[in-house]
Amino acid sequence: MLSETILEMKDISKSFPGVKALDCVDFKLRKGEIHALMGENGAGKSTLIKVITGVYEKDAGLITLQGEPIHFKAPQEAQNKGIGTVYQEIMLCPNLTVAENMFIGRSHSPFVNWKQMNEKAAQLLDSLGIPASPVQELASCSIAVQQMIAIARAVDMDCKILILDEPTSSLDEDEVHKLFALMRELKERGVGIIFITHFLEQVYEVSDMITVLRNGKLVGEYETTSLSQIELISKMLGNVLEDVTKLKKHEPIVSDTSIPVFEGKALSSSAGVRPFNFAIQKGEVNGFAGLLGSGRSESVRAIFAADKVTGGEVRMKGKRVKIKTPLHAIKHGIGYLPEDRKGDGIVEDLSVRDNIILTLQVLKGFFKPFSRKQAELFADEYIKKLNIKTPTSNTPIKSLSGGNQQKVILARWLLTNPEYLILDEPTRGIDVGTKVEIQKLVLNLASKGMSLTFISSEIEEMLRTCSRLIVMKDREIVGELRGTDLTENDVMNVIAQGGKNK
Amino acid sequence: MSNMKKNISHLVLPLSVMALLIVINLIKGADYFTISMVNGAFYGNIPNILFGASELVILSIGMTLVTGASRGQDISIGVSATITSAVFVQYVLQASEVTLFTIIVGFLLSCVTGLLLGAFNGTLVSVFKVQPMVASLILFTGGRSIAFMIDGKLSPILANDISNKIGTVIPGVPVQTAIILTAVFIAIVAVVFKTTNLRLYVETVGINPNAARLNGINPKKIIFLTFLIMGICTAVAGFIAVNKAGRHDSVNLLKLIMMDAILAVAIGGNSLGGGKFSITGSIIGAYTIEMLNRTLLRLEIDPAMIKVFKAVFIIILMVVASPVVRAFMSKNLDRFRSWRLSSSQQKGPISTTNIARKQGE
Repeated sequence: MLSETILEMKDISKSFPGVKALDCVDFKLRKGEIHALMGENGAGKSTLIKVITGVYEKDAGLITLQGEPIHFKAPQEAQNKGIGTVYQEIMLCPNLTVAENMFIGRSHSPFVNWKQMNEKAAQLLDSLGIPASPVQELASCSIAVQQMIAIARAVDMDCKILILDEPTSSLDEDEVHKLFALMRELKERGVGIIFITHFLEQVYEVSDMITVLRNGKLVGEYETTSLSQIELISKMLGNVLEDVTKLKKHEPIVSDTSIPVFEGKALSSSAGVRPFNFAIQKGEVNGFAGLLGSGRSESVRAIFAADKVTGGEVRMKGKRVKIKTPLHAIKHGIGYLPEDRKGDGIVEDLSVRDNIILTLQVLKGFFKPFSRKQAELFADEYIKKLNIKTPTSNTPIKSLSGGNQQKVILARWLLTNPEYLILDEPTRGIDVGTKVEIQKLVLNLASKGMSLTFISSEIEEMLRTCSRLIVMKDREIVGELRGTDLTENDVMNVIAQGGKNK
Repeated sequence: MSNMKKNISHLVLPLSVMALLIVINLIKGADYFTISMVNGAFYGNIPNILFGASELVILSIGMTLVTGASRGQDISIGVSATITSAVFVQYVLQASEVTLFTIIVGFLLSCVTGLLLGAFNGTLVSVFKVQPMVASLILFTGGRSIAFMIDGKLSPILANDISNKIGTVIPGVPVQTAIILTAVFIAIVAVVFKTTNLRLYVETVGINPNAARLNGINPKKIIFLTFLIMGICTAVAGFIAVNKAGRHDSVNLLKLIMMDAILAVAIGGNSLGGGKFSITGSIIGAYTIEMLNRTLLRLEIDPAMIKVFKAVFIIILMVVASPVVRAFMSKNLDRFRSWRLSSSQQKGPISTTNIARKQGE
């Protein structure tokens, strides 16, 4: 396993005003190795990647690429040296075609041979099993397919090192396996792959080595086979590891026969979910399970009227109400944390304080602004309560890490004191510590009488927190599971069965 | 007080430009700040700037709001002001006797006209999602013809006592009326910002309309509202401009003022791509532009060349304020700071106590 080292980093340090993002970190990547880079948000993974690719300049330390010291000043230089990068957020042009996106900026000739380009793209797409046509506009592909095209773009470059920063967070299981097959293929060819993910299972499935960072410092480098999951988590978190298995869910406070907090009949929306019935009791935590594109998000968006409501009847505590816009929903005590944190959740340039008070302020009214002092009180209260890591409440939310941004959005809804709170993928793309915190919070809120819907791509998270699971397939509810000892298999069975009955 | 520092950091650019212009003027002649009394009113360079910039200041406020919410600019403002003032002039001229009441009713009518014009632009932008610049291009192209139709192509003269007082000074008050009206308008805007959530809503819509909608704000309504406010701004600016001029000139009234208004927004440190904004910055920006115009006059630059000098000045200003230069400056500043820090600190072994303490927390 001791093959040739292609990338070696020694004593790398990088500071930003007020923060030491990397402190004397060593990192080594060997030929034909899949190397997982692990750590909580803010541990310094992204900074390390950006130092490699030349987005940031290091303050101190030495980087050698195949024995030769390098010092990239721009991402283009890194690319020319064979370092390809795929980021979590897709950095392609949605208004160009798939082929254009794959080859744009590659050729040094001022002319484009469209036919040849499209043929080459078709070949590459085919060999990677990506279901897209070269002449299709990128925006018309699903997010998952767009992500795979971004990978195809990086792979096609004659690369020695491929950096994948959270490539799997928007892929479903099948697509993840395709990606892994691709990664193994590249590994055979001798490409060194740096892989960042929050999914621990994926690390164990595909990686050879693991490097763990914590608070900008190197914890260590380990062989994947000799490090157990629980050891890995404790190395990532330090000694503050919460035993996730200690979480205990509980049954709703009142019995099924009582009037539900929310009851929707034949709800449908313009996003194309089949009319469905749904009700939730006081203090209940339920989940919507299903594969990517099964209609989980569309269903909860229909409840909150986030998409145009096209039909249905809603009762809150037995009383018939009209919910046609998000504002109606908020006024009736429903909260919704959206799946797309960046696109639908945060207001990037505004301060943490403004982001926290936003919805309560809207509820209070246009002509009744909170005083600065009151707003600060609210913000400071929730920064403390949810342990949000931010320099001040005046800091723009965009400079916070993903997990802390998510906590700010949570704070925003908790401040409105909703009776029914919908959390759509609140744990996606955030660190393990915050994931556990959020799950604990969900159970804690439910015990105080709040009804919650908790959606997660990681079914175990829902199994841990939800007392009832609604299973969806092809934009339809195909089953409902309840009980305390559900397993992932039960859910899978319902999904499979749902297909057969049709 | 880092808080304080942050609050004024966006004003550094307009204020430093202003300071530079003052220095240039003082070099030209030490009498720059001299204020004299003529006919019971203050005259001098400073009152002239305040007087001359009135319309621009008011329009810049509206432009800042439109930019903030819609991420685009309204280029029809000068034309809109011409239409609203045509309505005002027509109403005043048809009255048998011009009283203060006539002027006020005429002004209110022009405000209604301004609201209608704002609603027209606002509907195109918010409901039909037309780019603001394209939407306002319609009025920009056809608006002056509408003003012609209203004022009867005659360039009517406002020969009444009250208009004269509004255009110049009220006897006994030492400050020109336009300056007072502008100050009152700014005060009203300040009160509106203090008593409503206008800033939070406009900024939220400008930064992330999706998030705004999911949190109960209707982006369409807010964008429409900013265009209505712009309509009021054009009515007030048109009112001041036409009283200053003493006649309604449909061809030249506030011609091309939108360019200066957009520039004022930019000099004020605002992004023309919408989102967070500073009204104070835009106001200072507007006064700076007027100051620049008058400085060039004072330097006795050939009138034919004035626009060239103005252009060169603005190019320099925009390059200095560009994100590229800013990033370069702050990078070097950081480097300088950390260099100073590291040279003042003794290099020691890497402390591990820090990690231990963090874990213990």
